[in-house]
Amino acid sequence: MTVQELPGAGASHRSTPPPAWRPRTDAAPLLPDPEPYRVLGTPAADRLDPELMRRCYAELVRGRRYNAQATALTRQGRLAVYPSTVGQEACEIAAAMVLEEQDWLFPSYRDTLAAVARGLDPVEALTLLRGDWHTGYDPRERRIAPLSTPLATQLPHAVGLAHAARLRGDDVVALAMVGDGGTSEGDFHEAMNFAAVWQAPVVFLVQNNGFAISVPLAKQTAAPTLAHKAVGYGMPGRLVDGNDIAAMHEVLSEAVRRARSGGGPTMIEAVTYRIEAHTNADDATRYRGDAEVEAWKAHDPIELLERELTARGLLDEAGIQDAKDAAEAMAAALRDGMNAEPVLDPMDLFAHVYAEQTDRLREQAAMLRAELDAAEHEEGDGS
Amino acid sequence: MTTVAVKPAITKPATMAQALNRAMRDAMAEDPAVHVMGEDVGALGGVFRITDGLAKEFGEDRCTDTPLAEAGILGAAVGMAMYGLRPVVEMQFDAFAYPAFEQLISHVAKMRNRTRGAMPLPITIRVPYGGGIGGVEHHCDSSEAYYVATPGLTVVTPATVEDAYGLLRASIASDDPVIFLEPKRLYWSKADWSPEAPAAVPGIGKALVRRTGTSATLITYGPSLPVCLEAAEAAREEGWDLEVVDLRSLVPFDEETVVASVRRTGRAVVVHESGGFGGPGAEIAARITERCFHHLEAPVLRVTGFDIPYPPPMLEKHHLPGVDRILDTVARLQWEN
Ligand SMILES: Cc1ncc(C[n+]2csc(CCOP(=O)(O)OP(=O)(O)O)c2C)c(N)n1
Repeated sequence: MTVQELPGAGASHRSTPPPAWRPRTDAAPLLPDPEPYRVLGTPAADRLDPELMRRCYAELVRGRRYNAQATALTRQGRLAVYPSTVGQEACEIAAAMVLEEQDWLFPSYRDTLAAVARGLDPVEALTLLRGDWHTGYDPRERRIAPLSTPLATQLPHAVGLAHAARLRGDDVVALAMVGDGGTSEGDFHEAMNFAAVWQAPVVFLVQNNGFAISVPLAKQTAAPTLAHKAVGYGMPGRLVDGNDIAAMHEVLSEAVRRARSGGGPTMIEAVTYRIEAHTNADDATRYRGDAEVEAWKAHDPIELLERELTARGLLDEAGIQDAKDAAEAMAAALRDGMNAEPVLDPMDLFAHVYAEQTDRLREQAAMLRAELDAAEHEEGDGS
Repeated sequence: MTTVAVKPAITKPATMAQALNRAMRDAMAEDPAVHVMGEDVGALGGVFRITDGLAKEFGEDRCTDTPLAEAGILGAAVGMAMYGLRPVVEMQFDAFAYPAFEQLISHVAKMRNRTRGAMPLPITIRVPYGGGIGGVEHHCDSSEAYYVATPGLTVVTPATVEDAYGLLRASIASDDPVIFLEPKRLYWSKADWSPEAPAAVPGIGKALVRRTGTSATLITYGPSLPVCLEAAEAAREEGWDLEVVDLRSLVPFDEETVVASVRRTGRAVVVHESGGFGGPGAEIAARITERCFHHLEAPVLRVTGFDIPYPPPMLEKHHLPGVDRILDTVARLQWEN
């Protein structure tokens, strides 16, 4: 007897499940393309908006300079730590560019550049990494959630906020960023599921930069692509070349548009690469070879766009120089801002724990006050 | 004797469950920003029926059945609160709140602080807690020690019908996240209470002396309050006149009421269901020792659950602090060395 002949094995032996058990959607439109979507260097580039692309170029150059400056500040000890986005600038910048003023960005700890591209002062974006305040800006005013260090935990916040805005009848889209490693966290799954069930106006942007610290994607997931994960929740998954800012802008814009028009959430996997180490504290040579890094350097987001724009006569030497000058000005301002020692009041430790101070904290504040006064007194003695 | 004519409030026997339900209903009616959410809170009204009728009255957008995912529920509530709503989250049972602890500790408790006050999170997290209902494992944990150890959280627990209403209203009105621990064993406890004109109760952070006495103070909260009151009655036969303090709020902790009571009586026993090691009683005993050392006639003692995983229902009566164990401990307060 073959397996096919076993009773119950053939389709004819199965009863039809009741209607509620049937899949509610055709999965095909939700599935990602087999290859990451690209625009630069393809015929699709014919329809590029020159003005938009020139802006993208200037932003990319500024973003690269921001990364270089922040890394330099780390070496000088001005920043405690900096997770670089060199190589990933197209993702960071496109994410900020596709949002309207009233929309919200939910960045992870790596995404300071996205916050800067959204208009946040670079110094304010870096207070967390400097060791100053945890969040150097008012999230409501900027519509940028605090940078989230626990991975993927900001994703359900984005869903909740977008849901709340929709309940209020406000036109607000939330764009939440997470790394490839973060997609393994429970909060990622819960957020995706909530967003789809609630049809919340959310865009999930996964930056697949190859590694979660040292762990490569193959050890993170067995899925064909991360974008495939979307299908199981009932939302479209999109696979895009994360170094191609034109493709990123287009795919993100489309997702934002869908969210805004009530079409629900989208999950986008941007395939990119982290050129530098995880942070300055990391030794990337322990887990990857130079050849791989060099191959990705040849697929640099700035060069991809520069090549396209110069070939089309949309960018010349003067334009390139302008972008560089603007980037230098930003870097100089960032250096100045970082060289100014932040003034911290230790008594602020007890502020903003509760709306009303508790007796316990009042007592502890008094203890610290006395210690500070005593220390000042000693200094005052000149001894 | 003159009698003053007072129009009596219409009181009728009401359960704690009804008072909690009423509190949410009134809060939702008063403030459209209040949203109730959780597993089964809609059509079913929650597994304990605490949210009964809210979805019907206010619609599913205001009382929402969420997917089954506690981190997702609390995480979404964070985002909703960031946008100006006041979510009231139901965790179905004490032990099922644990998947949400990452959200709770890393975000809910810290958001005000890490944004330098720019972004307070007015979220109320209702957690049915404690034992004594014959529940199977993971349905009877006393998880208060985890919550009180987390700065940024307010932790309250009612023990009476009046407080169930009053403290829940205060929690929902609070601009800080509140862990609202509901002693599930007392859900069906009754009191004469007026749902139409609820009596005002002291707010969050105030302990109440539920019974005055002179020989010793029992300090307790939530499910152990009725046990302590019963023990105090029984202790009269032994010649002990016990004072009973109901904390009502674990954070903030009303040290003054506790200290004043212990200074009067000179002896103190802390009673709670959760384990003793690292439990709230350890902190309270330490505070009493620091503040009342010269008034104390005996060391501060504790009656707590054992330091064990919550036992199976058939054994829980041995684990939970009961009248006898409280009385035995009170007897040990006749300190002689
Ligand atoms: C919940 C949690 N677990 C562990 C860490 C420590 N950690 C910080 S970054 C990181 C790797 C993250 O990788 P990925 O999500 O791919 O983002 P990337 O760093 O590549 O941007 C880890 C494990 C963390 N921040 N949060």
